[in-house]
Amino acid sequence: MATVLNGKSKTGPNTWREKVGLAEMLKGGVIMDVVNVEQAKIAEDAGAVAVMALERVPADIRRDGGVSRMSDPAMIQEIQQAVTIPVMAKCRIGHFVEARILEALEVDFIDESEVLTPADEENHVDKHQFTVPFVCGARNLGEALRRCAEGAAMIRTKGEAGTGDVVEAVRHMRTIMKEIRRAQSAREDELFTMAKELQAPYELLLEVHQKGKLPVPNFSAGGIATPADAAMMMHLGAETVFVGSGIFKSGDPAKRAKAIVESVLFKDEPKKLAEISKNLGEAMVGINCSTLPESQQMAGRGW
Amino acid sequence: MKKVGVLAVQGNFSLHQAALESAGVPASHILTVRTVEELGNVDRLIIPGGESTTVGLLLKRYGLGDAIQARAQGGMPLWGTCMGMILMAKAIEGRDQYSLNLLDITVKRNAFGAQVHSFEDEVQMTGVEPNLLGVFIRAPIVTEWGSAVEPMGWYQSKVVAVKQGKRIGTSFHPELTTDTRLHQYFLSL
Repeated sequence: MATVLNGKSKTGPNTWREKVGLAEMLKGGVIMDVVNVEQAKIAEDAGAVAVMALERVPADIRRDGGVSRMSDPAMIQEIQQAVTIPVMAKCRIGHFVEARILEALEVDFIDESEVLTPADEENHVDKHQFTVPFVCGARNLGEALRRCAEGAAMIRTKGEAGTGDVVEAVRHMRTIMKEIRRAQSAREDELFTMAKELQAPYELLLEVHQKGKLPVPNFSAGGIATPADAAMMMHLGAETVFVGSGIFKSGDPAKRAKAIVESVLFKDEPKKLAEISKNLGEAMVGINCSTLPESQQMAGRGW
Repeated sequence: MKKVGVLAVQGNFSLHQAALESAGVPASHILTVRTVEELGNVDRLIIPGGESTTVGLLLKRYGLGDAIQARAQGGMPLWGTCMGMILMAKAIEGRDQYSLNLLDITVKRNAFGAQVHSFEDEVQMTGVEPNLLGVFIRAPIVTEWGSAVEPMGWYQSKVVAVKQGKRIGTSFHPELTTDTRLHQYFLSL
């Protein structure tokens, strides 16, 4: 039933435009990790633009060790029924069957996430084959563009999830933005070699060169724990922030959730940020990333 | 020349800014609106797509919602796309959430279902000819409307665009296409 309108042909439900379109609608907001219906409602009431439904937040995944997998579909469905905002869920890197299950559950976005134990050490999911959009983590421009080539409709920094230490998210966002500026100012005949160095598809690098931004929205995740962390990531180039363990591992989650939502809106107003940051109770107990042995770092997962 | 504002509390305001430029508005006349003071600088306002619960909370908390109501009742043209239409509605089916009550309509949120049911297809329009390509993302529909409201767009006999005086609401996202006719129509109000 393809119809042609204004020279564009209809490509059916869930075209690329709808996938990236939903990511566009989530800009300027906060996406929160939740493990049950009660937390999902707190997140929605605080003004989250979406929730990530998972059985354990990254801080607990770290503590418990072992293999971490997709969450129980029953738990995801309970959260879908409890809130009206989009519900996201995570599958393991390369685990296309977990992804098919999440798609069948009609989650609104799938996070192919390094926070779970990878299922494939060479290949990520071929995300073009799905009607549901995907978000993937990246530490640099090459990794971001490889994920876009596979069909990711949103990129987020990896950071170091579950630590409450923002240093890795900052490193990844600064690296991505620096490499975008380098691509933008390069001569066109230099892009071929740059694509080789970044291990990124030339056509996507050319798009970055022309537009000065990633082909899809650029969000931030990993270690964000305070309103100031969230506002700083927005200044560094994030278009929305994910807060994982930072909210529900803190002393007063409802208050902190609300404060982080407001900090994104008022990122340019330090006086408002000072007000917002008052009396939030205990922040999550953090882990300094520089003390983490390599075997416990999640950001290196993904290829 | 008149200034056009785009509500920039949360959502895809940047694409509306780009669409207004494509429709011929100089960039210096397109302003983002986050505060009551910034609302004072514009002559008309677009409320973009985004999450209605998030933006509703922030509009209520900081008094910007009251200011938008006062300006709209004073005759300021207002256009809401998707979330924007939800925020302008008088009532939201099955939900007790903040809205501006500037369109005498009841809307149903996520009327087509979750994101996997988002789609694009032709919308039958009156007032803007020929028909538009509607990009529907977790889109609402209008289920009831009062006598002051004129339905102006339909998809499979569901009302997806309405007009009430100088206020319009659309379920879909013209700013995600290159067609600027609806932006031009809004600028003519």
